[in-house]
Amino acid sequence: MNDSGNGGKRPYALYLGCTIPARVQQYEIASRKVAKALGLEFRDVADFACCGYPIASLDARTARLLAARNLALAERAGCHICALCTACTGSLTEAAHELAHNPELLDSVNADLAAIGLRYTGGVKVRHLVRVFWEEIGRPKIEAALTRRLSGVVLAPHYGCHYLKPSDAHGDFEDCEAPHTLDDLIRWTGARPLDYPRKLKCCGGGVLATDEKLALGISREKLRDVARRGADAITLVCPFCNIMYDTNQKKIETMFGGELGVPVLFFPQVLGLAMGFEPRDLGIQMNRVQPKGLLDKIGIKRAFCRTSVAQAVSL
Amino acid sequence: MAAQPVLRTVTDTPDDEPPAAAVDHTFALQVASRAGGRQMLRCFACGTCTAGCPVAEIDERYNPRRIIRMVLMGFKDEVLRSEFIWLCAGCYTCQERCPQGVRVAEVMRTLRNLAVEEGIVHPAFKAQAELIRGMGRIYEIEDFDNKKRVRAGLPELRKTLEDIKTLFERQKLNERLG
Repeated sequence: MNDSGNGGKRPYALYLGCTIPARVQQYEIASRKVAKALGLEFRDVADFACCGYPIASLDARTARLLAARNLALAERAGCHICALCTACTGSLTEAAHELAHNPELLDSVNADLAAIGLRYTGGVKVRHLVRVFWEEIGRPKIEAALTRRLSGVVLAPHYGCHYLKPSDAHGDFEDCEAPHTLDDLIRWTGARPLDYPRKLKCCGGGVLATDEKLALGISREKLRDVARRGADAITLVCPFCNIMYDTNQKKIETMFGGELGVPVLFFPQVLGLAMGFEPRDLGIQMNRVQPKGLLDKIGIKRAFCRTSVAQAVSL
Repeated sequence: MAAQPVLRTVTDTPDDEPPAAAVDHTFALQVASRAGGRQMLRCFACGTCTAGCPVAEIDERYNPRRIIRMVLMGFKDEVLRSEFIWLCAGCYTCQERCPQGVRVAEVMRTLRNLAVEEGIVHPAFKAQAELIRGMGRIYEIEDFDNKKRVRAGLPELRKTLEDIKTLFERQKLNERLG
């Protein structure tokens, strides 16, 4: 089985990772609704576990093994993998790439996987949902599904680092110094992508566990850049980037002073709005910084998206 | 006649040179033998990595060019016991931009792996590893979460994934984490 050309035939298993079900369920809700409406049916593999990313810092080999375990489960289910988290996408993509190019590693990984009754032979494709939107669903189908064009809306694209990098593992899918897929998708919804100096900067999530102030300081730089340029929202494709920019935005304001007030939307929420879904269908009430200005611009009454403190705290 | 410049002879030892015991001349090769390490030997210290680094931009404790220099010069103990190897955000900007093809982000990961092998484990990463070993994921899924999922029309998730423990044991990672 090769890496391309069989996209439509073999189904995708939706890979959630650890963070989405526990902390940003709205991303899963919006992704499933929008994908289904675009004709993309997901399988669910109940045994999927950690992608290995957090373990790579401690032991690269165990991390690869955890990733390979998920690849083997997808293979057994006859599926490719569609991931929503960029760190999971990166970890699984790197593992799939390495296992495809290193038969010795594949043998030794399989010796360990045999202990849990699994085997990986190769050929599982790992794709981020947004890449699937751009590459496999494509512009004509997406534009045909729109019922509410987001004219006049300005969105700051934030490409999660591991959506693009390391570029060799991602098969040089696009130039990571000048990416355009998320910009294109924003344009297809009728909105305008903001070009801004800090567009390619990391969210800082990778050091949140080691040094919170440093991590939030990194996030703050981009939020300030976007706030200064007056975008209606940042749109992104990773739960961890969202935790940095949305969940932690109040904390950043408190820690460093100054008001930011930058709404943050997962791209499937943006696409969902353009496809006529109501904010509540897309879990937008669960976002911490509400996109009031954006909803006003496209004529949606704010009452739809108001959230109670209790709901916000329960997440 | 102009004064002759005073040149230091090779037998002089500068005051700031660390004691010989702190230098392990095989360190660079130990790192180079790991995945992503070989290209590090080509580093010509241009500083592109540090210039584009989002961490170095706001925190001078972290400087990838300096870390690679220290590795190449054999400061094994100083590097592996430092906090700075744990400050890489893993964004790969340095690695993508390096004109010499040094896989900088992977080198940082390798340095962390080597530190773990020496028994030096960052507590935050250790805590994450213990959670993953115990349940197969970083965040716990409780009955309450599954009820919420079902209400939202989402499939239930497994609360624990036991076979992850088997994989950890086969790698003897628990022992290394102490």
